[in-house]
Amino acid sequence: MSAAHSENYLKGLDYSVVQQCMHCGMCLPTCPTYEATLLEKHSPRGRISLMRAVADGRLDVNEAFGDEMYFCLGCLACQTACPAGVNYTELFEMARAEIERTKVLDNPIRDFVRSMTVKFLFMRPWSLKLLGRLLWIYQVTGLQTFVRKTGLMALAPRKLRELEPLTPEIKASFSDDLIHEHERPLKTRHKVGMLTGCVQDLIYSDINRDTVDVLLANDCEVITPRDQHCCGSLHGHNGEWELAKQLARKNIDSFPLGELDAIITNAGGCGSHLKHYDHLLEDDPAYAEKAKEWSRKVKDISEWLVEIDLRIPHASLDLDGPVTYHESCHLCHGQKITAQPRKLLKSIPGLELKELPESNWCCGSAGVYNITQPEMSAKLLERKLRHIESTGATIVASGNPGCNVQLSAGMRKCGKETKIMHPVSLLAEAYRRGNYLTETLSRNPLSKK
Amino acid sequence: MVLNSILREISKLAAFSWIVTILPMNASTLEKISTILGAENVLTKKEDLIPYSFDGTAVLNQYPGCVVFASTRAQVSEILALANTEKIPVVTRGSGTGLSGGSIPVSECIVLCTVKFNQVLEVDTKNLTMMVEPGVITLKIAEEADKVGLFYPPDPGSMKISTIGGNVAENSGGLRGLKYGVTRDYVMGLEVVLPTGEIIWMGNKCVKDVAGYSLKDIFIGSEGTLGVITKVLLKLIPKPQTKKTMLAVFNRMDQAAETVSAIIENKIIPCTLEFLDNITIRCVEDYAKIGLPVNAEAILLMETDGHPAAVDDEARKMTQIAQSRGAQEVILAKDTDEANRLTAARRTAFSALARMRPTTILEDATVPRSELSKMVNFIQDIAKRYNLQIGTFGHMGDGNLHPTFLTDEKDHEEMEKIEKAMVEIFHYAVKLGGTITGEHGVGLAKKPFLEDAVGELNVRVMKHLKAAFDPNNILNPGKMFD
Repeated sequence: MSAAHSENYLKGLDYSVVQQCMHCGMCLPTCPTYEATLLEKHSPRGRISLMRAVADGRLDVNEAFGDEMYFCLGCLACQTACPAGVNYTELFEMARAEIERTKVLDNPIRDFVRSMTVKFLFMRPWSLKLLGRLLWIYQVTGLQTFVRKTGLMALAPRKLRELEPLTPEIKASFSDDLIHEHERPLKTRHKVGMLTGCVQDLIYSDINRDTVDVLLANDCEVITPRDQHCCGSLHGHNGEWELAKQLARKNIDSFPLGELDAIITNAGGCGSHLKHYDHLLEDDPAYAEKAKEWSRKVKDISEWLVEIDLRIPHASLDLDGPVTYHESCHLCHGQKITAQPRKLLKSIPGLELKELPESNWCCGSAGVYNITQPEMSAKLLERKLRHIESTGATIVASGNPGCNVQLSAGMRKCGKETKIMHPVSLLAEAYRRGNYLTETLSRNPLSKK
Repeated sequence: MVLNSILREISKLAAFSWIVTILPMNASTLEKISTILGAENVLTKKEDLIPYSFDGTAVLNQYPGCVVFASTRAQVSEILALANTEKIPVVTRGSGTGLSGGSIPVSECIVLCTVKFNQVLEVDTKNLTMMVEPGVITLKIAEEADKVGLFYPPDPGSMKISTIGGNVAENSGGLRGLKYGVTRDYVMGLEVVLPTGEIIWMGNKCVKDVAGYSLKDIFIGSEGTLGVITKVLLKLIPKPQTKKTMLAVFNRMDQAAETVSAIIENKIIPCTLEFLDNITIRCVEDYAKIGLPVNAEAILLMETDGHPAAVDDEARKMTQIAQSRGAQEVILAKDTDEANRLTAARRTAFSALARMRPTTILEDATVPRSELSKMVNFIQDIAKRYNLQIGTFGHMGDGNLHPTFLTDEKDHEEMEKIEKAMVEIFHYAVKLGGTITGEHGVGLAKKPFLEDAVGELNVRVMKHLKAAFDPNNILNPGKMFD
């Protein structure tokens, strides 16, 4: 496991990766933590200078270094801004791996939480589903409402109390109940694999169903392997490099890679990581080649639909206001997918797309950042909500479960009715209204209720 | 001899000789600083200081004693008075994007950072001026002016993050220099704190003012060696009605240079004439992916703005001139979006060149426009003779070139060759009637070459001036000259 690694990750890096940063400062205005604090330490080039200092042996990996690397959102806005082509993703993942290796941030509570989540829950699909089921019971039995109304939460520890409102609504059915392992359209043009995700599977299984519907309506045969694993981005971004590799291998093994034209993900954060399996497994002789094929075939749903020239819906959606589009960081900065989701939305009749100011500025969700850094996260959320309000939109479209949970919680907190939806759900709805799906669905025994 | 010893000194600062350890500043001094600014505005820990040990300049770095943030002139005044009494060096810094090492710390100095001193104080649409604090970002000034239909022309490459204080201190240029001039041309007034802590205001909103020496002009481009700027009164001008952007593609670099000389000779002053050579074109395209002609030896980005009739006329003439000098084609940007994409891409040239090799050393030699093709050929020749990779781009319209050495600082042999090549380029530029730096300033990087470029008497007068303002030599000591 991760403890097996004995070498300093940053010293082990090819030095040219650190040298690539010529500290011109172009990244500064795009970095949310620099913008909020105006401190170089909290900027991409500042962080890289610290990593370089570690690689040079001028700075020891200490708690302050650890705190700084975990203060970074990992939003990768700097990577979009960087003309010099610095691979910040790799630097930041290696820095966090080094922090975990040296255990400078370890304390009993952090260790416990990490063992329970990163090392246990997100390594085992059954355990995550079990937790989801328990939470669902808590929610549908009215226990959650009871706890919230009676103020019982006041008795809970502060951290838990602050996190409780973030708890997303768990769906009654998970993806495996809603999606057949193998679904066929009337005529097949493409054959694709479908990634159901882990969190997405528990709280947005309906989006997964919508994704499959949209794929069917676009003549794609869909293979959805059962009991899928987490993609491992949580692990990669949180210094658990070895666990990330294990999950990558499991995912690659669960798909009939050779048969597929593409592997579809509808979660921006996952997609960004999934596309880097080639890099993650490059030193693994048994998987290096497969991982290359995998990375080549992973496509975000919007990217894939535009690539295969999506079917333009004819039926109009009756919306009571404009739609705005919030960009998931790892979709726009990680995968450079910006035009496709907009194109998809604009293809829907009756949908007025209003541009969101600072649409590619992080909403503060950033994986588990809203849990680990609630203060900075809340600032970013507030900024995002202010911009959303300025558009007058009644629906915010966004392609990443993390952002959707964060934005929904934000809307709930300020009592707003604004809905948060995945672009693909809007498209699926338009197809449904145009009866594109009736025929495909009549052949599908699990057709959506 | 002097040159060599200074060069050696600079190379000692190179990244691989981080021999300097951080010496904590005197505790009682730090306490006094904290009382003035609040403890949250004083950084002393190693991990806080490392990110302030460099600016946008390659290879140079040095740890400071502490980094402090002031946000009022009273605070700046108190800090300087304290530093002056205790003889502690003060290095003023904005966003740290400088390209001559001007804001590189001096050992055990106070880095006085102005980024939190960043309010726009007034936009005066009757007098066409704007009053700002030194930490305001250049782009913000341009945007504020634009909101009221006005225009702040200076646009250094780093304008998205550079501060106005830094722009004034370095007298920064930009892409529109040939028609609109540089930062100096837009500074009407300055408030500066002198090393004694006294606060001096110079200038006003009058278009004409000849009362005494123009003191503000001494501070513009003084690189933080004479005082600390705490307020800037800027001149704004009406926004040009329209503009046209064109891209001329050439098979040979000197054809582009000749085109520029010919445009000027034909009495056309476009707002932008930017040059990119083949290496730069490829690097920029690799980043921006906007369809630049990657096989061209050179391109010229040409922009003309003003009254629509004049713009049409100039665009036509410039196209003809480029074609007559051998341009393969001249492409007109079809709309503002495309034009903006082209200029934005050009702004990334310097950083994009870093894609090629680990270390990117940018130069700033400038020559009279009639001598451009000689200079361009000379740089090509130097690259061949020393077997070096040099990417050249720059503001050709104002004669300001940026030959950029692509190298690896770990390769000492190559670094030595670069030093020699640099000296040759500077000598040649001066011989052609040019200068060693057009817009980046002297700082540390050009210090060894200053006397050669301007002469002994010039440097002597500068030193007198420095001694008059800063007798204890606390402000940015060792920059520009010793």
